Amino acid sequence: MSDELVSFEVNGQTLQARPGSMLIAATDAAGITVPRFCYHKKLSVAANCRMCLVEVEKAPKPMPACATPIMAGMKVWTNSPKARAAQKDVMEFLLINHPLDCPICDQGGECELQDLSVGFGNSTSEYVEIKRVVRDKDIGPLIETAMTRCIHCTRCVRFGEEIAGMRELGATGRSQYTEIGTYVAKTVTSELSGNIIDVCPVGALTAKPSRYTARPWELRSYDSIAPHDCVGSNIHVHTARGKVVRVVPRENEAINECWISDRDRFSYEGLHSQERLLKPQIKRDGHWKKVSWQEALDAVSSILRKQLAFNVAAFAGPSSTLEEFFLFQKLLRALNIKNIDHRLRQVDFSDQAFVPSGLGVSFTELEQQQAIFLIGANPRHDQPMLNYRLRKASLAGAKVLALTPRKLAFNYTAEQIVAAPLAMVTELAVLVKAALEAASQAAPTVLADLLASVEISDTAKSQVENFKAPNSLILLGQMAVQHPAFSSLRSLATVLAQATGAKLGYLPEANSLAANLVGVLPHRGLAGEAIAAPGLPVSAALDDKNLTTVVLMNAELDDFANPQQVLKALRAAKNVIVFAPFADTQARDYATVLLPTSTFVETSGTLINAEGLWQSFKGVVNPPGEVRPLWKVLRVLGNALNLPDFDYVETSEIVAELKLELQAVPLTAMGQLSAPLVVAKQDANTMQRIGDVPLYRTDALVRRAKSLQAMLASPVVRMHLADMERLGIVAGDLVRLGQGDSYVQLPAEADEAVPKGCVWVQSATEVARALGAAFGSIMVDKG
Amino acid sequence: MTAADTSDKAVVLSAHERDEIDSWLARYPADQRQSALLGALRAVMHEDHYLSVPKMDAVATYLGLPPIAVYEVASFYSMFETDERAAARHSISVCTNISCMLSGADDILAHIEKKLGVRLGESTPDHKFYLKREEECLAACCGAPMMQVNHVYYTELTPEKVDSILDGLE
Ligand code: SF4
Ligand code: FES
Ligand code: FES
Repeated sequence: MSDELVSFEVNGQTLQARPGSMLIAATDAAGITVPRFCYHKKLSVAANCRMCLVEVEKAPKPMPACATPIMAGMKVWTNSPKARAAQKDVMEFLLINHPLDCPICDQGGECELQDLSVGFGNSTSEYVEIKRVVRDKDIGPLIETAMTRCIHCTRCVRFGEEIAGMRELGATGRSQYTEIGTYVAKTVTSELSGNIIDVCPVGALTAKPSRYTARPWELRSYDSIAPHDCVGSNIHVHTARGKVVRVVPRENEAINECWISDRDRFSYEGLHSQERLLKPQIKRDGHWKKVSWQEALDAVSSILRKQLAFNVAAFAGPSSTLEEFFLFQKLLRALNIKNIDHRLRQVDFSDQAFVPSGLGVSFTELEQQQAIFLIGANPRHDQPMLNYRLRKASLAGAKVLALTPRKLAFNYTAEQIVAAPLAMVTELAVLVKAALEAASQAAPTVLADLLASVEISDTAKSQVENFKAPNSLILLGQMAVQHPAFSSLRSLATVLAQATGAKLGYLPEANSLAANLVGVLPHRGLAGEAIAAPGLPVSAALDDKNLTTVVLMNAELDDFANPQQVLKALRAAKNVIVFAPFADTQARDYATVLLPTSTFVETSGTLINAEGLWQSFKGVVNPPGEVRPLWKVLRVLGNALNLPDFDYVETSEIVAELKLELQAVPLTAMGQLSAPLVVAKQDANTMQRIGDVPLYRTDALVRRAKSLQAMLASPVVRMHLADMERLGIVAGDLVRLGQGDSYVQLPAEADEAVPKGCVWVQSATEVARALGAAFGSIMVDKG
Repeated sequence: MTAADTSDKAVVLSAHERDEIDSWLARYPADQRQSALLGALRAVMHEDHYLSVPKMDAVATYLGLPPIAVYEVASFYSMFETDERAAARHSISVCTNISCMLSGADDILAHIEKKLGVRLGESTPDHKFYLKREEECLAACCGAPMMQVNHVYYTELTPEKVDSILDGLE
């Protein structure tokens, strides 16, 4: 395809386009309507519905606009009698087998077939024979099917193959027996599966959670930003009768294109959870008492005022907004409280002086990388839409290498170095040594011993060779950040980046980049300002003997690396003040004050994504009950405490103020340990736990979204067959897992993806609350 | 977490099937394993007389394809049986399209149904014969009425001729 434009004519109007590009793209760009079903600008051309037939000069028959390449001087008519007749005929054929069930179809009102049949269909049909009927399939809790409505455009099939990178749906059978489905009973599991609801031009695939809740014309649409990962996908939140009933993508080519992840699409279900807090409550003599906001905030301010600053620790969950983070730390700092943290899943803070940055490149630049090294990252689960960009890079030829504690299911070609958590450090050291040798550089002294203990392999040499490409990127993911030797991994990654010339970046958790910028950290204040006499990082603060009071903002047990430790600390604390939209039984047990605050649809706020892009959004619905926007609660509390400068009227004022302050914050992906790196030895009696966070357990809202929860398999412990044999366990046996002073029992499953000596027991699940460190040692024996 | 995270499907292809598939694979470029799919399914048909889901999954794993890509092909071609009830040593297709019909195909079919004691679309309980509902015409109109048994065409049929053909099969 040449880049030069050629002229051609559509309906007498002269247009220009690249020769060889498809006619329909040019007519779309010029605003000329051509009806279509199978064509989708992001998918390959199938040209199977024939709805887009147009008249082309000198062509004996009408031509499909979606599959007709543009040639210089060609003349096209999209609505000549010949074109119209062809379009009407195709519509007649499509309607032969389509049921007349629009009144009970969820797609009614936003159906491409319904819309086009108004323009191109007849009011009566000549077809009197029997219509075909296709049995509906159960493809899982997220997508409802009504396959008789399917017009076989195969958009959903192409989406799976081309965008989701996971072909789950197909067209089986042929001619009138053709059916779209999975052939065998199967749940569609792609983390992007919900998008097939949007691409389906008819009501064959609709959203199951919002089935029969509202008609499209009853919906109001609001712009918002999805808060569940560091992508910040742009979304439309649809409401009916003041209630959020669904979420759909809002197109933004630079961020999420026209897609969103299932997590962003269906998390809204959590809004209506039974555990929603609706009124402020205070626990007195072990009993909860509903109180007014005034009373609750008075109680909180008197607690905070009475405590000595070093008796207090305050933790914020990473999906809070920029404004919430800012006011949170501002309020606490004004009270001189220093044990402030948002790094709830992190355990190694030895290099915290280097506050992590984001990706270091834009999402579109991600696609242009030639070599990508993922260290402890599972982007498919942690940042699905970002993984989509990585996949595009891979399809364009990028070499993807992953260092991971368990073998991951990538949906593109990725070479994986699978190593038990502690062994990840040595594996990385091998690559570093190879890179240093290739660059003829000497090892930094802190690495000398470690590097001397490993040997360069030929594979390592060729892996490192890839990073010499001008666009190469090393990314530290969530499993790296949560790793017990995170600082070692980061030091090594830094040296690797320096030796190869690759860039180094992070895949931050949700909005944690904002927390780093405004200083929800024990050692850094606003804009990276160093704190004299810093506070304690999260785990040390929890263990601190002085702890009497804990403040939790959007944080609950499942948000921490070590729920066991948290629960112990919270139970021992005299005051536990919770700002959150939800409280489960455990929270009602450890908390002493519950303040019902907003979710992302009930407040205005700002999220900073992994690229560093600030995206502000407005509230969509009125908060239920007595819930108040969290930033306002913090502001009023600041006033109640007579703290200076707590008089913001709008979140936009905070953003305006912060934009100036946060311009030159010294965030860095790089990190260097000053002490020599050592690799911890695994105690022979225990195994290493791999405790990454499941796809749909990332934050409080997601954890309460029913349909997403139904997508998760029930928890099991997975381990290598060799370990099962060694322990005398067969698949299905209950296995006893002990960490700290308690244990749980889970059924075992053999899994070659788990390295020997490790068990894969995910965190942030209900059973995992009784366990300790997500990536720590764990006792395993037959239950 | 989900089953998709770890797919370790038990390989159930026989050595013979694998040899056959390998011989097809050898004819195509190494990155075009999908090209061997028809050959692979044919190999399985030869052994099992139908394509079970586990076998199709095994083929998918062997060729590195998503299972649905195998199901699509298997369900598209009428030469492949995907229903266990169709599994029989001999598959009989009687053409009943126009030329054959005019030459008495319906009688031939009725005769076979009676002889085997099964209806069109069924197989005999001993899995010896499967009377297939064929996608016609079988392109042997000049010898109508005709039937195809496995890969062999038999033309100018009479009930007697049918008897001797079928009785002669193992
Ligand atoms: S289910 Fe919808 S998207 Fe898929 S082929 Fe049918 S009509 Fe097209
Ligand atoms: S849109 Fe062109 S054939 Fe379907
Ligand atoms: S009609 Fe029977 S072979 Fe053609």
